[in-house]
Amino acid sequence: MPGTPDPNTPLKAGLSLKPKYFSDALGCTEEGIWFEVHPENYKVAGGPRLAWLDAVRACQPISMHGVSLSLAGTAAPDSDHLDRLAQMVHRIQPALVSEHLAWSRWNGVYYPDLLPFPRTAESLQRIADNIERAQDALHQRIALENPAHYLTLPQHELGEIDFLTELARRTGCGLLLDVNNVFVSASNLGYSAEAYIDTFPGDTVLEIHLAGHTPDPELGDALLIDSHDAPVSTGVWDLYARLIARIGPKPTLIERDDHLPEFSELLAECRRARGLLTTLGSLA
Amino acid sequence: MINASSRFQDDFSAALLTTAAETVSSHPLSRQPGFSVYRNTVLKGCIDALQANFPAVSRLVGDEWFRAAAAVYARVAPPLDSRLLDYGAGFADFLAQFPPAAELPYLSSVARLDRFWTEAHAAADGIPLEPQMLARLPAEALSSTALCPHPAARWYWFPAQPIRSLWQNNRCSDASPGNAPELRWEGEGILISRPAAEVVWTALDPGGVAFLDGCARGDALEDAVSQALEAQIDLDLARLMTTLLDAGCLVNTLTSTHTCDESTSHE
Repeated sequence: MPGTPDPNTPLKAGLSLKPKYFSDALGCTEEGIWFEVHPENYKVAGGPRLAWLDAVRACQPISMHGVSLSLAGTAAPDSDHLDRLAQMVHRIQPALVSEHLAWSRWNGVYYPDLLPFPRTAESLQRIADNIERAQDALHQRIALENPAHYLTLPQHELGEIDFLTELARRTGCGLLLDVNNVFVSASNLGYSAEAYIDTFPGDTVLEIHLAGHTPDPELGDALLIDSHDAPVSTGVWDLYARLIARIGPKPTLIERDDHLPEFSELLAECRRARGLLTTLGSLA
Repeated sequence: MINASSRFQDDFSAALLTTAAETVSSHPLSRQPGFSVYRNTVLKGCIDALQANFPAVSRLVGDEWFRAAAAVYARVAPPLDSRLLDYGAGFADFLAQFPPAAELPYLSSVARLDRFWTEAHAAADGIPLEPQMLARLPAEALSSTALCPHPAARWYWFPAQPIRSLWQNNRCSDASPGNAPELRWEGEGILISRPAAEVVWTALDPGGVAFLDGCARGDALEDAVSQALEAQIDLDLARLMTTLLDAGCLVNTLTSTHTCDESTSHE
């Protein structure tokens, strides 16, 4: 059984924490391991969920990866939601806190997805304001993730990398680079994933995500879906190696939310990422 | 403020919870093939959450029926909060009015118990009342003491149907129609609680339900007992207290300042 995590030990490769893996997570002694949770699943008044999370946190670093702050929404982030997140940050003392460049709440309804928006000068300022509100409420720097794209929005005025870079500059937030989202978006919208990876500002990256994707059941490879239900693809591993060789080692998550395999299978992907962080990261 | 961003979100969100055929003209983006990914993800997220929150209902009606019903519910009552564990507060009432469920008059009540399980699972912690704490009180103090239900305690009396048995037979993953006890078509009561880490449940008679209703209202013990005896003349009070204390469904208010404020009555 590992002891209390040392905050000075660098995070290497981590895994999504699912209830199925709680006992594996408690006993895991992999070098540099950490676990990521969606805080929305732990926003309860009491009971076993919080007890599980506390138990894992007592021996492993935890990252909080939110899916519903709706930072790209037209409205300000929900203040009750922010308050509860702040309580969880205080309780868990996470190693990282992240959210998405997307919206998911509007007119009182929560849409369980990460929805797109036009990248304009107006949305840039609005989202910067929302990020600042979130960071002020959480007393914590957050990392903002590039989402997966399925649509061509004619209203875009700014490219995604320029948009994210400017948000980081204005708010001091970091970025979470999801390599699978780059692969999926580049394939769906017809641009170069390599060029995106090569120009992403490495000094702002606090975390990297790797995940699996699946072709659309009807359209096949013409429409890839960021499904998190499959092993990381070869193309994503190649992009990841290219990225790490350029920007150096960064905490990297194997993200899996569906079709959950045995823990050992995820651990194998985790070791592969850690191997690349060690071998290629030292070249950067 | 109505601006381009608000209009974009109005149109996009309106198109999300409609079917593909309905959205042809509602939003230009919905004509791109990729729009269906968002529509499918949102709907799947709602349906998956309902299926996770109502496993006994799903098992009773089967995967296909459940997901079709959940899709109808998701369109009329989408989630209002990102805590999807909490999604489906109105699902039992929806099923009670859902025409395809008319031939399954027990379905709504089974959904109510699935919902009670979720509420018990996520409720605030509380220290269960220990029998010796009651025993230490002088008799005159005992009768005027109010006992408070634990925040996780839920109880209900179903007067005409064996809902507890139906729910239990379909809630446990190891239960199968072959080894489930035969149903006796009569009323049943249930007490759901969380005495330690996990949610548990047990049978509860009408007297027990009336007793807990009284406790939840803040009635003194002697009043709660009279209501229990009124509801069930042959109530075995000692046995009831053992059931309630074993279930950890009362909190220790005798040595702490906890009040009944967080408790909910389920009459």
